[in-house]
Amino acid sequence: MTSRRREGVAGETLRFRYDGRDYEGLRGDTLAAALLANGVRAVVRSGGLGRPRGIYASWTEEPNALVQIEEPFPEPMLQATTVELYDGLVATGLGGRGRLADRPDPARYDAVHAHCDVLVVGAGPAGLAAATAAAASGARVILADDRPAAGGCLPDTGETVDGVSGTTWAAGMLAELAGRPEARVLPRTTVFGYYDDNYLVAVERREEGAASRERIWRIRARRVVLATGAHERPIAFAGNDRPGVMLAGAARAYANRYGVLAGRRAVVFTTGDGAYDAARDLAAAGVEIAAVADVRRDAHALDEALAVAGPLAGTEVLTGHVVTGVGSAPDGSVASVTVSGPSGEREIEADLLLVSGGWNPVVHLFSQSGGALRFDEELHAFVPGEAAQAVEVAGAARGVYTLAGCLEDGVATGTRAAEAAGFRVPPHPVPAAERVTALPSGRLWLVPADDYETHFVDLQREVTVADVMRATGAGLRSVEHVKRYTTAGTAHDQGKLFGVLTSAVVAHATGVEIGDLGTTTFRAPYAPVSFAALAGRDRGMLHDPVRVTSLHGWHAAHGALFENVGQWKRPWYYPRPGEDMETAVLRECRAVREGAGAMDASTLGKIDVQGPDAAEFLDRLYTNMMSTLKVGAIRYGVMCRADGMVFDDGTVMRLAEDRFLATTTTGNAAAVLDWMEEWLQTEWPSLRVYCTSVTEHWATVALAGPRSREVLAGLAPGLAVDAASFPFMTWRDAEVAGIPARVCRISFSGELAYEINVNAWDGLALWEAVVGTGVVTPYGTETMHVLRAEKGYPIIGQDTDGTVTPADLGMDWVVSKKKADFVGKRSHARADTSRPDRKHLVGLLPEDPGLLLPEGAHLVATSRLPEPPVRALGHVTSSYRSAALGRTFALALVSGGRERIGERLYVPLGGDPVPVTVTHHVLYDPEGARRDG
Amino acid sequence: MLLIPCPWCGPRDEAEFHYGGQAHVAYPADPAALSDEEWARYLFFRDNPKGRFAERWSHTAGCRRWFTLTRDTATGVFESEAGA
Ligand SMILES: [Zn+2]
Repeated sequence: MTSRRREGVAGETLRFRYDGRDYEGLRGDTLAAALLANGVRAVVRSGGLGRPRGIYASWTEEPNALVQIEEPFPEPMLQATTVELYDGLVATGLGGRGRLADRPDPARYDAVHAHCDVLVVGAGPAGLAAATAAAASGARVILADDRPAAGGCLPDTGETVDGVSGTTWAAGMLAELAGRPEARVLPRTTVFGYYDDNYLVAVERREEGAASRERIWRIRARRVVLATGAHERPIAFAGNDRPGVMLAGAARAYANRYGVLAGRRAVVFTTGDGAYDAARDLAAAGVEIAAVADVRRDAHALDEALAVAGPLAGTEVLTGHVVTGVGSAPDGSVASVTVSGPSGEREIEADLLLVSGGWNPVVHLFSQSGGALRFDEELHAFVPGEAAQAVEVAGAARGVYTLAGCLEDGVATGTRAAEAAGFRVPPHPVPAAERVTALPSGRLWLVPADDYETHFVDLQREVTVADVMRATGAGLRSVEHVKRYTTAGTAHDQGKLFGVLTSAVVAHATGVEIGDLGTTTFRAPYAPVSFAALAGRDRGMLHDPVRVTSLHGWHAAHGALFENVGQWKRPWYYPRPGEDMETAVLRECRAVREGAGAMDASTLGKIDVQGPDAAEFLDRLYTNMMSTLKVGAIRYGVMCRADGMVFDDGTVMRLAEDRFLATTTTGNAAAVLDWMEEWLQTEWPSLRVYCTSVTEHWATVALAGPRSREVLAGLAPGLAVDAASFPFMTWRDAEVAGIPARVCRISFSGELAYEINVNAWDGLALWEAVVGTGVVTPYGTETMHVLRAEKGYPIIGQDTDGTVTPADLGMDWVVSKKKADFVGKRSHARADTSRPDRKHLVGLLPEDPGLLLPEGAHLVATSRLPEPPVRALGHVTSSYRSAALGRTFALALVSGGRERIGERLYVPLGGDPVPVTVTHHVLYDPEGARRDG
Repeated sequence: MLLIPCPWCGPRDEAEFHYGGQAHVAYPADPAALSDEEWARYLFFRDNPKGRFAERWSHTAGCRRWFTLTRDTATGVFESEAGA
């Protein structure tokens, strides 16, 4: 492979492998620069059409050269133009999709939250000038730049500032910022999102050896200065996707920044002066400039501009000419360029075609911030209009294209931003640069032709002018619609090179002005961001908190399987050797119904409600009366939303005249506390009530079964446990196993049962004492569910879904008729909540007693499904095998269910619907005889 | 992400707050006295203006207080900010 490196360029040699071949590059190269240096022109084959594609740009706007990094760690869909070369890099070209890593990523990703007075985005001439001016005021300044080195386009253009090279000047500016304790410079940091209230998000690609591979910066800035530069614009012409067709500024960048020549003999196709600077630099570096095709017809002015001694002297300038075709070599790359114009049509031999359709200010972040864009008729470009946030735009990003202008604009903007943030900026010198005057640019978006099938409007998405015309021909007028129809400007591009071009072609095809048509909406992210970076450390164990009870270690040591309930891990069941879930649960159920079982109930939400008005407060929130509860007693209660639908249920114990302890369902504890606070603060601020979550203060052991009284008596010799001394729905303070405890006589299984509450740190000792009696079987949530379902006790959130009233659940008894009002009461009197066809909670017995209905299955009226639509009468909410019933059973919400008891309904399960009989929802011990033991 | 001026804690990130919808929709003094339609209006009907909107927020991950702010729903700007 011949080297395309400029003479005299040297550095540390790095070895890399691309598409299975070994190459060498230099430290400081991007992968794209190194490939060009090795003469690799066709770097990928396009995904859809299979056309060879070459490197088109020099930075994050690259559409063609997408690569998969294989080593050191697989990463898909990176742009070869932004991948910094390192020794041992292995990459392959991608036509289309990449591959995700098939092994865990060993790297760490991190996040930083930062605040500043002035955030400057972009460390080009304007950004550096703005940042140094702002920082001179003492303001907290962050300067973020997506390149490894500061200077923006200066290393690409080789221009001088203050009499020194651009890179030397930029280094000086960084040194000045380093001396400002309140200034921070973030290289390799792409600001990719601009959100409300000057909240910007950036990704930093950190250097090898840093504590993390990438970091997300979430920055809240008082003022923002966007110095994001401009992207050179492509032109749509036949064959504009051939390898060797390249943006003029990119070829200049490869020559000046990397010392790499992108070709040997070039044709330049331009609408303005900028390409001449590129051509001049390339000519000086040894590239032969065969001709310049300039769309502008004003030959006289151009001749004057070019009548200079130097590398371009004598170069043929074809005014009023355009490129109408590209001839290709066997590898598909440019071999010749056909130009036509007033002088006729000519084919010129060349391996490089430099394109410059003018410049688009990078308005992405400004547009994301809500700022308006307007079309500037002189610049032929969309520029920032009215801002919607505390943001200013400096330099090329607002259409100032000369170096001197950018430096001046940067100082002025940085000064303005710091002063708007409340700082005083001392007089700041404007760095000096050569002043040049440019001729007005021409405007050309596409070269007219009869056939637009290879006039590419988006190279990555392979959208041609013909495709856009098909879209407008189909009647699409909005550029937003055309974007979605053709995908032009999506993916990596996000409108960088191809958004405005798409607008232009749509405007051309529909005969409207581009300024009236506008652009598509710019959205975050400006450049691709990995999910790993966004996730940061919030993965694995840190993804979501895991909550465990003080008994968790015991459960795990005794083989419990766990169920996730909200963030809690709850023991699901405790299989013995050889048991599957079904046998284990049947055994646990039998143990509770026939002997005694113990369950860890610590996860139930517990809210301490105190204050002189606590009883009144609970009366207003619960459907039933809580103020009549005696100290020492417990009441089951239901809460509704104002719409009358059941929100949560639990028990309320009265600890003192002015103090209650309310329990909630495990998953709803935080929501119930929020609910209480909302009513207290927003509707009843006069009530003197304080609510405190005490869920984690207590460990709770549910002891259930006919033998539970005997077990409790043995553990708490000081406690009178007979039914008269310790009746149902009361609580007592006692010592249990020598531990201070609060014992409640409540039951969620229908059996004689207790809940023993102790300090969380005593939980394990209590549990071991209970289980250590030898007669108590540990049981998990599955058994708890079966037992409560046999009794028809609903689980809020499983048997209800926010459309269910207490009456629907058959729980009229829990709704007070005496209270003038409670939250939800008025809704229970609405016509809708007394409709006879409301869904009621009922039991279901499949006619096949071994058939376990799937939860969520629908119920229909007929044994054969009629033609759709089929009316579903309701659905199965809970379904289990019952040891006590010796069969399967289910709970269901069924339209008019209570009137259907005894009826046969059907459940479609794929084949013929299976018959089930509707029953009352209480299937076990309907008289409630067992709760007293 | 909005910067929400909590009257107790000062400006904080939106992620710390829960939204509470339209403000000044008081719980009726005597719900039993309302017709079904009037009650339904309290339950289900809320304004959805483009522009000025008084709304409730709760600083759930901070001081846990409820408060009311007026915001322009089109620009996201809170009135206390605009006036400052
Ligand atoms: Zn607060």
